Amino acid sequence: MRADLEIIDEWVKPGSRVLDLGCGEGELLQHLMLNKAVTGYGLEINPGNITACLEKGVSVIEKNIDEGLATLRDNSFDTVIMTQALQVMERPDLIVDEMLRIGKECIVTFPNFGHWRARGYLAFRGKMPVSKFLPYTWYNTPNIHFCTFKDFERLCVQRNIYIQDRTVVDHSHRDHWWTRLWPNMLGEIAIYRITR
Amino acid sequence: MSHEFPADSVGLVQPQTLHFDQPLALACGRTLNCYDLVIETYGTLNADRSNAILICHALSGHHHVAGYHSPDDKKPGWWDSAIGPGKPIDTNKFFVIGLNNLGGCHGSTGPNSTSPDTGKPYGPDFPIVTVKDWVNSQVRLADHFGIEQWAAIVGGSLGGMQALQWSIDFPERLRHCLVIASAPKLSAQNIAFNEVARQAISRDIEFHDGHYYGEETVPRTGLMLARMLGHITYLSADGMREKFGRELRSGNLSFDFTPQFEVESYLRYQGERFSTEFDANTYLLMTKALDYYDPAAEYGDCLATAVKQTRCKFFVAAFTTDWRFAPDRSREIVDALIDAGKKVSYAEIEADHGHDAFLIPIPRYMEVFRAYMTQVDADVPALSTEGGY
Repeated sequence: MRADLEIIDEWVKPGSRVLDLGCGEGELLQHLMLNKAVTGYGLEINPGNITACLEKGVSVIEKNIDEGLATLRDNSFDTVIMTQALQVMERPDLIVDEMLRIGKECIVTFPNFGHWRARGYLAFRGKMPVSKFLPYTWYNTPNIHFCTFKDFERLCVQRNIYIQDRTVVDHSHRDHWWTRLWPNMLGEIAIYRITR
Repeated sequence: MSHEFPADSVGLVQPQTLHFDQPLALACGRTLNCYDLVIETYGTLNADRSNAILICHALSGHHHVAGYHSPDDKKPGWWDSAIGPGKPIDTNKFFVIGLNNLGGCHGSTGPNSTSPDTGKPYGPDFPIVTVKDWVNSQVRLADHFGIEQWAAIVGGSLGGMQALQWSIDFPERLRHCLVIASAPKLSAQNIAFNEVARQAISRDIEFHDGHYYGEETVPRTGLMLARMLGHITYLSADGMREKFGRELRSGNLSFDFTPQFEVESYLRYQGERFSTEFDANTYLLMTKALDYYDPAAEYGDCLATAVKQTRCKFFVAAFTTDWRFAPDRSREIVDALIDAGKKVSYAEIEADHGHDAFLIPIPRYMEVFRAYMTQVDADVPALSTEGGY
């Protein structure tokens, strides 16, 4: 299993009701169903991913999250998770608000645009960063709202969002002493646990 | 020439008639003392009777769901695209039952059957049956086969409504419920279309207040109009544009009222064919069953409350251009199930075919259907062994 999913697994309480926004092929939910006896749903827009979820027996709802989550009740889930999808949302701030409305707590992971490689790419090449980890060019990227860890944490302060936990890892989701030392420069992915 | 059926067809099939003589109390307050149900089955019921799937039909459907009645049949059953060896509902794994519902006109007891009380066809005196009544009659069918719990109940449109009603009324008796291109109740617009169809039939001078069987005539014009109207609502604007456009049959406008556009002759052909095959009283009944369907009504008009007691897993699917039962209507079902904490998956399939899409083997539709059915198969309990430890 992906290392970020392992970290998330530690944060999810057994038997809880989970909503996974942009659940991909459902590997996190399947893992949590088997190991933590969670119940819940994945929301997904990609047809191939939806088929993969159905084959796994993961409850998946075809849904464009950008259209809003108004039909889901306040506090109706213990944990709302969004892994590596915040940056593709039309309004990340509104979706975080929605997640905190629906869930008692939320787990969000996203790539750090403040990582030294991204900074160096733009500073020295004068071009938008393209890497193995972020392979798109500026005109065709689905990642329309990049931010740095600092940006996200500022949003949390502005919106009265409480950060319960933060783990910063590299692109293979490993935790190092240097990512802890200078996360916004050396960390590639952050995993936040937030509440309001 | 030898008559070979496709390898993924259930092949030659034969309907059978089951007679039930335990009285069935209906929602309208009347009772049917005895009745027949015509069914077809495909595949083999396993020793535990745990691999059975019930197919519920829509407005004009019946028991002939898959396969062929004779080697010369040009067309197979109405949902042959989804049922057969290796198809989404795989008859190598499942035992499939299709039936003609009560009130139907394909052999099950309905308006064109002879009433045991009068010795004449029921005609308009056949009781108005509801989705709940159908489910109750289908329970008898399950009992007949000794099926305690269906592996799945599957239906599209009005068939999906029966599947959903099963999950509410008999939660222990199904493991999976597949509701396709359906709705939790009809909208005012849906009812309006049904009413125009009913008026077309009942105002046909050949209708004779429903007693046309004795008159040796049938209200063909009314049925044809009803079906033409229905057909428009089953297709999408895009689908019609693609299929017919403004194509003319002869290439020129003839400045009279004969059918000139392809779409006109298509609708007339469909309507006329239907009017020779279907019973007008049954059409009236089926549209009423649709109008009356509202499972939430008994639960304070809250669908989430209605589905609270369900025990099965759900699969809901809708098609983007279906405006008869639009995706929003399916999402109402999904939202209620999520609200009630039930296991549900939902697919919204891009398709140009409107409401008709649920009968068409659209690749992505078949893919999600098949993927979900792998779970239905996985949930069939391992066969119990004789003796044991």
